Amino acid sequence: MTATTLDRPVRTQEKPSMLKTFLSRNGSMMPTFAAILILILLFAGAEAFLRGDFITPRNISALLLDNAYLLVLAVGMTFVILTGGIDLSVGSVMAFTGILGARMLAEGAPVAVTVPTMLLGGAAIGLLIGILVQYFGVQPFIASLAGLFLGRGLAYIVSLSSIKVEEPAILWLQSTRMSFGGWYITPTGIIALSAVAIAAFVLHLTRFGRTIYAVGGNEQSARLMGLKVGRVKIAAYTISGFCAGLAGLILTAYSGAGYPRNGIGTELDAIAAVVIGGTLLIGGRGYVLGSMVGVFVYGTIKTIISFMGAEQSWMQIIVGALLLLFIVVQRAIVARSDGRR
Amino acid sequence: MRFGADVVLDEVDLTLRAGEVHSLMGENGAGKSTLIKAITGVIPMDAGQLRVEGRQVRFSTPAEAQRAGISTVYQEIDLLPNLSIAENIGLGRERRRAGMLDRRSMTQRAREVLADLGLDIDPGSILGSQPVSVQQLVAIARAISADVKILVLDEPTSSLDLDEVGELFRVIRELKSRGVAILFVSHFLDQVYEICDRITVLRDGIHVGEYRTDQLLRIELVQKMLGQEGATLRERDPAPVARPPADPVLSARGISVGRRVESADVELGSGEVLGIAGLRGSGRTVLARALTGVTRIDAGVIRIEQTEESLDSPRRAMSLGVVYASEDRRRDGIVAEMSVLDNITLGLQAERGSFRRIPPERRRELAASWVDALGIRPPDLDRPVGTLSGGNQQKVLLARLLALAPKILVLDEPTRGIDVGSKVEVQHLVRSMADNGVSVVFISAELEEVLNVGDRVAVVRDGRIVETVDARSTTIDGLLALVARPDEGDGGQVSHG
Repeated sequence: MTATTLDRPVRTQEKPSMLKTFLSRNGSMMPTFAAILILILLFAGAEAFLRGDFITPRNISALLLDNAYLLVLAVGMTFVILTGGIDLSVGSVMAFTGILGARMLAEGAPVAVTVPTMLLGGAAIGLLIGILVQYFGVQPFIASLAGLFLGRGLAYIVSLSSIKVEEPAILWLQSTRMSFGGWYITPTGIIALSAVAIAAFVLHLTRFGRTIYAVGGNEQSARLMGLKVGRVKIAAYTISGFCAGLAGLILTAYSGAGYPRNGIGTELDAIAAVVIGGTLLIGGRGYVLGSMVGVFVYGTIKTIISFMGAEQSWMQIIVGALLLLFIVVQRAIVARSDGRR
Repeated sequence: MRFGADVVLDEVDLTLRAGEVHSLMGENGAGKSTLIKAITGVIPMDAGQLRVEGRQVRFSTPAEAQRAGISTVYQEIDLLPNLSIAENIGLGRERRRAGMLDRRSMTQRAREVLADLGLDIDPGSILGSQPVSVQQLVAIARAISADVKILVLDEPTSSLDLDEVGELFRVIRELKSRGVAILFVSHFLDQVYEICDRITVLRDGIHVGEYRTDQLLRIELVQKMLGQEGATLRERDPAPVARPPADPVLSARGISVGRRVESADVELGSGEVLGIAGLRGSGRTVLARALTGVTRIDAGVIRIEQTEESLDSPRRAMSLGVVYASEDRRRDGIVAEMSVLDNITLGLQAERGSFRRIPPERRRELAASWVDALGIRPPDLDRPVGTLSGGNQQKVLLARLLALAPKILVLDEPTRGIDVGSKVEVQHLVRSMADNGVSVVFISAELEEVLNVGDRVAVVRDGRIVETVDARSTTIDGLLALVARPDEGDGGQVSHG
């Protein structure tokens, strides 16, 4: 090496191709594109199989209606998984807030008290899990497993059996159908889509959202960059808990009742939807819009199976296979990006 | 500055001047990293003071140090591979509009900083999709995008190739011309002499001195790092070149591992101790690993007792009687939670396979004989190894390896971090193993030790074996001259400033 002058122009790279630029900017979107592709293939396959009876405004509208609660859970789960964590508690927290709301309404509490209590109850359990993870160094898996048992236990304390909801304001969420031709949407659907939109905004356009990604990318580096890692991680679990409370409200409206056995295993459905939607379980990479696609893939498979009149257990097998496929694809992506480092 | 019960750094002074590149030199464990961490607020100081531009400061977090104008680029690139380059540069101190990130201004700012450094990189691309050298430069871009007065670079060149190092140096000179003080830590002497104006030398946590690069010969620098002082400098005994053994047990020819070891030849005679001397980063450990199947070789031929072998795994090497003891015994060697007994018999059990158990009485008997032979204190077979002193841990590790009845033993810094008494014992042990017919490769950073223990000494520098000398007729100074590259001894001629 010889002495170099300071003003020597360097690094004269050849102009990268459009595709290369796109990939270097958006490489992590690939799994989400794959999920969209699978959704399209599912629609096309079902349409061909059912001879044009599948893609109807009614079916598509029902897809959102039937999976609104799962979509809300997946939104919260996306925050947690992006930080590199996991939240197993959401299914039972949803059951707890649902039965709590039904019981409160049955005891005569006003809606204006009941609904905030449900949402904050969910958020409180999420906060607890976040604190366990952040300040007590408990593995997210274990901390949220504790949250799972806590939520289910609390649900049984509130009531051992189903409680019917008669409150019109709650039932309105589900029964109101805003129609556009053959299409319709319910307030629950609007809530779920709003959750996705707000989450997408927060994750991509606020410092908080970018810190979520930073923590998932490398927590230590994020801390060295002066980001508020602890606060953001706790917030992610709190958001997930809040979403579980919201899902409890939606499910109560959907089924017209609170039931303490609701949502057993639903946390796994939410995780599956998030992963199928292209969010990496190691954190830092993924999109909430992808999680929405994941939920629709999940819902579509369910619909197809019920259309075909097949056993619902096929649902589990197909979702399991898809999950496996996606995790392998993600491993490949991670291996590729690690290879560059 | 002092740290806790273990004094890692003891009253070390460091002065950085604006517009100057300053190097911090010292061997492994000299306290360089600790000093950097203290300056940058990662760990607190027990005593001492820090002044930035004359004002006394105290940092308890890295963020506070950054606010005072001290930015650090760590050895491991501490950025976020999943975010864009613009975010990596701007995150944490971005401008916001009504709570929202101002992405456009963030990208604009990143583009300016990169252009400022003469780098043509797309700020929108994801960091992880870029090569390591670009990531390194982005880390520097982040460091200087704040108002930086002091830039600390900890081993910034360890993963860069020559062109990339040139690029980095150009950026460093650019920053220097703007009056930034740069602390450059590297174990590559060439680079230190090329870029640095001053050098502070640390040894075992003690401040040896501060020198101007153009007034410090390389050989003097190495002497100060290794603590071989008081020797006459100019007078260099020519080290006598040793003849290779006639009938080598191990013969390695043209061994290459990437660029870390390049066409090295090693011959090891029966019952011989071959010392390997070299500075950290010279390739001494990579060579040891290449000879024992831990690291795969890219080129070269290894013959064991005249038969060509391909050592593609440590297991394969062991089956041929070639055994390696890592320099990092806590990580790669002993199992601290397990007893002395289990640690000694671990290797034997592995060799026999999981299903053929060694009878318990036999195991005890065997372990006890080794504890006795090596003088492991306390002679308690059931004690967890982690509770023993460093020297005794090392002996347990040696016992495990010796229990395998190796033909060739490769010891990487077996005496590092153990007390003087144990050190001598281990040295004697190595000699007596050789007397019993085991061939030993003995790696050490301490030249005196290598000369005392070895029959011959191979000197490794920049991944090459530069000379193999006869240990008995070589002086420390003679060896030092080889380790430090005397042929370009005058630092002043090499540095460009």
